[in-house]
Amino acid sequence: MAKNPEHRDLFPGALEIMILQSLKLKPMHGYALVKHIKQVSDDLLQVEEGSLYPALQRMLKEGWLEAQAGTSTKGRPTRIYRLTAAGIHHLESEVVSFERMFAGFARVLAAAKA
Amino acid sequence: MSRFSRFFFRNRRYDDISVSIQEHIDERVDELMEVGMSREVAERTARRDFGNVTLLRERSHEVWQWQRLESLLVDLKHVFRRLRRSPGFAITVVLTLAIGIGANTAVFSVLNSVLLRPLPYPEPEQLVSLHLNAPGAPGLAEFRKELRLSASMYLTFASHNRVFQSVGVWSSNTASITGLAEPEQVNTAMISSGILETLGVPALHGQWLTESDQDPHGLGRVMLSYGYWQRRFGGDPGVVGRTISVDSQPRVIAGVMPRGFKVVNYDFDLLVPAGLDPVKEHLAGFMYHGIARLRPGVAISQANADVAGLLNVWMDSWTNGAGSDPHWYLNWKITPALEPLKETVVGSIQTVLWVVMATIGVVMLIACTNVANLLLVRADGRQQELAVRSALGAGRWRIARGLLLESVTLGLLGGTAGVAVAYAGLRLLTTIGPGELPRLSEISLDGWSVAFTLVLSVLSGLFFGAIPVFRYVPSRQGPTLLGAMRTASVSRERQRGRNVLVVAQVAMALVLLIGAVLMIRTFLAMRNVDPGFSDPASLQVMRLSIPETLVHDSMPVVRIQNSILDKLAAIGGVSSTGFVASVPMSGAEPSWDEILIEGKQNESDNAPMRLYNYVSPGYFHTAGTRFVAGRDFTWAEIYNVRPIGILSESLARELWGSPQAAIGKRFHEFSGQPWHEVVGVVQDVRENGVDQVSPATVYWPSLMNDVTASDKLGVWRTMYFAIRSNRAGRQDFINEMQQAVWSVNSNLPVAEVSTMQDIYSGSMARTSFTLVMLAIAGTMAFALGILGIYGVISYAVSQRTREIGIRMALGAKKSELVWMFVRSALVLTGVGTAIGLGAAAALMQLMRTLLFGISPLDPVTFLAVPVALVAAAVLASYLPALRTSAVDPVEALRAE
Repeated sequence: MAKNPEHRDLFPGALEIMILQSLKLKPMHGYALVKHIKQVSDDLLQVEEGSLYPALQRMLKEGWLEAQAGTSTKGRPTRIYRLTAAGIHHLESEVVSFERMFAGFARVLAAAKA
Repeated sequence: MSRFSRFFFRNRRYDDISVSIQEHIDERVDELMEVGMSREVAERTARRDFGNVTLLRERSHEVWQWQRLESLLVDLKHVFRRLRRSPGFAITVVLTLAIGIGANTAVFSVLNSVLLRPLPYPEPEQLVSLHLNAPGAPGLAEFRKELRLSASMYLTFASHNRVFQSVGVWSSNTASITGLAEPEQVNTAMISSGILETLGVPALHGQWLTESDQDPHGLGRVMLSYGYWQRRFGGDPGVVGRTISVDSQPRVIAGVMPRGFKVVNYDFDLLVPAGLDPVKEHLAGFMYHGIARLRPGVAISQANADVAGLLNVWMDSWTNGAGSDPHWYLNWKITPALEPLKETVVGSIQTVLWVVMATIGVVMLIACTNVANLLLVRADGRQQELAVRSALGAGRWRIARGLLLESVTLGLLGGTAGVAVAYAGLRLLTTIGPGELPRLSEISLDGWSVAFTLVLSVLSGLFFGAIPVFRYVPSRQGPTLLGAMRTASVSRERQRGRNVLVVAQVAMALVLLIGAVLMIRTFLAMRNVDPGFSDPASLQVMRLSIPETLVHDSMPVVRIQNSILDKLAAIGGVSSTGFVASVPMSGAEPSWDEILIEGKQNESDNAPMRLYNYVSPGYFHTAGTRFVAGRDFTWAEIYNVRPIGILSESLARELWGSPQAAIGKRFHEFSGQPWHEVVGVVQDVRENGVDQVSPATVYWPSLMNDVTASDKLGVWRTMYFAIRSNRAGRQDFINEMQQAVWSVNSNLPVAEVSTMQDIYSGSMARTSFTLVMLAIAGTMAFALGILGIYGVISYAVSQRTREIGIRMALGAKKSELVWMFVRSALVLTGVGTAIGLGAAAALMQLMRTLLFGISPLDPVTFLAVPVALVAAAVLASYLPALRTSAVDPVEALRAE
């Protein structure tokens, strides 16, 4: 697995929340998800395939997503992932807790600067 | 989706993942080709970027797996594959374990049912037996451990105690039931009020007997046991309120007790009110068993103190009749010794069961060491494989887990088969088990037993599995790839583990064998005791009771008994007949009292208690009890109520120095009673079993002046009839006996028909039961131990073929080589024997109460058993050692 030293590891839960947020816009297949996150983050974040597929399976198991047979943008058979109600609920609660964490994080950094 | 269905729909999931991943890579390739790469380079780049597809797929799959379980299942599959490849090994181990675990489960079930399971009464921990000790009552104290309660004691205790919720007394008895079908004698429990409240088991139908049923002048009701209700009334619930004739007295059935209900450990047919009359009771008459339910929070010591105080109240409140001193009983030094009711129920069998359990446990240990030995040999063969796996990066835990999984699997397979063995064993046990084994009917394989089997299977699997693990799982420092070769040092190292196991086996086998031999010697010693009767197999016994309600006066009772004897004597093949109030070892005790000797001042108030028995002329001849001096009673003397008596030999010696000197001397029961002249002295009879001292006994004629009213005659109405015949025990003979009885009076039921042999064997049942169990265990231990020695020596021989070859090539004699191996077996056996002797010397002390006529350190046993064991070990090692002579030195060397 080619590891790009410019990209640091994400903290736990970050990948899930990005996937959920992306799928909130529209159902996507795996490759599209990778592209989408890369684009939206202006190449700052890169999702590794090695993490993506196990993560998708975990989320399927949790019931946050559902998978349907579909076709990719290139017309090949693939699996399209769609957010479930449980997924939306989970996303919302996660976002709240993330925002609180970021706020705390920012304050600590600010205090360190001052 | 549930976990369960996910497990089965997983394959579809896996396809989904593969499709997704494949599409992902394809799309990436497209993209790369769009920026100008060739397909070939693009595919390579895409795959490289993506990483290890297989690993990724696996990690995605894992999300859906119960990962630990599945890898365990994979290991398990390997275990079964390996076992299937060596069926001989698997079958040997499983059978060994099945027998070991099965025997343990069976014995545990007995232990659990008899000793551990609470008594089948509500809040059984509150129940106590009212035992009294009377160390100051000579004669009685030696023969019976405890003093029973008199009715007056019960009445005192019941009304004055401050420690019991309820208290009651009971006594076993028999009654004749007439008018239903054939006259029938049934076992009754005579109960005071308070017994049913104390035990607290509600009636199945109808109600308990109540206080009013105890009125001696009223018409008491009765209750039926479940068994009698089923047997005689077909389980008809409408039976409540019906009237039956009990000892020719009409009684109304008040209710039916539920299945399995016993009065303590007495299996009765009928509960009959004892009808205690406070106006008529005396101090004496110690015939009742007492039970009580403690108030919550009252300790046994408090209850003892309370009852001790009430004994004074008792002596102050009652008399033994005008002129007698109620405080005479102070001499007896009566002290209460209350004990949990459970102790009374399981009592003497405890030691036997714990000894048997320990014994069977040791056999299990030996079986486990044998299996461990087999596993060691097997692991030996896999040494290379394990080393390679370790070198290839398999974790130590993973390898150990594989080994342990195999042994635990074997343990569980053995345990499963063991349950079947235990089931069969228990069926056997409940049919052959000693009759005195309490709660025999309650014995069953319950949840506890199954749990015990499970734990035992897993533990034994871990135990014998751990030994190869410690020995063979390579250490972290480095795999022993080279060491696995057949080098001398390694094989010696490995041999040591097996040697330790063999020494342990020999030691354990020795302990069990010594125990078994001591029991055999005990049994033989008991067989050698003259019980006071002869040839019990041809002595038929039955019990007949003539209730007062059927024949009121005493003289006609004796006439009926006499004419029954005549009828019985007329049956073909009968050589002699007689009757007695209590046959030896039957547990019946007519009565106890002191006697007064003519011409001797009754020096102390504390005269010894003597067992009283009542005999007909001809009884001693029939039973085969020898006359040491004098003669038997005659019928003329009985009918004339001549004051005569017969004494037991030990009593005659005690009183007058010799049996001959006793003849013509006179004694009586109470002052005021006529003097009885000693006309005969008979040998001592082991009344309570061959291992118990013979009590000093007075034999009275069965018809005497009544002790309470000199103008009346007293007669003993329940008698055991003894019939000497070579047809004893045969059903046609028993039928003829019954007809003979009914030809005299058709309302007389016959009970307890058996041969004296049955009674005699029954009294030795505990010993023979222990003997059989120990003998089986000892034999198993012996066989396993010898097998262990054989296995170790033959393995040593096979491992040292090369060495033998070299020695032979260098000119060693075959006999020297054989001796080399036999010697090593001798050393192992010697060490095991020494350890075993030490352990046996300590452990046999625990068996002391089971032994009779033999010391727990019996020198003959402690010498003979080791010698036999060593001899067997020499033989077991000699046979494989002989194989060394078959080794061809050239072949042996070339084979390397």
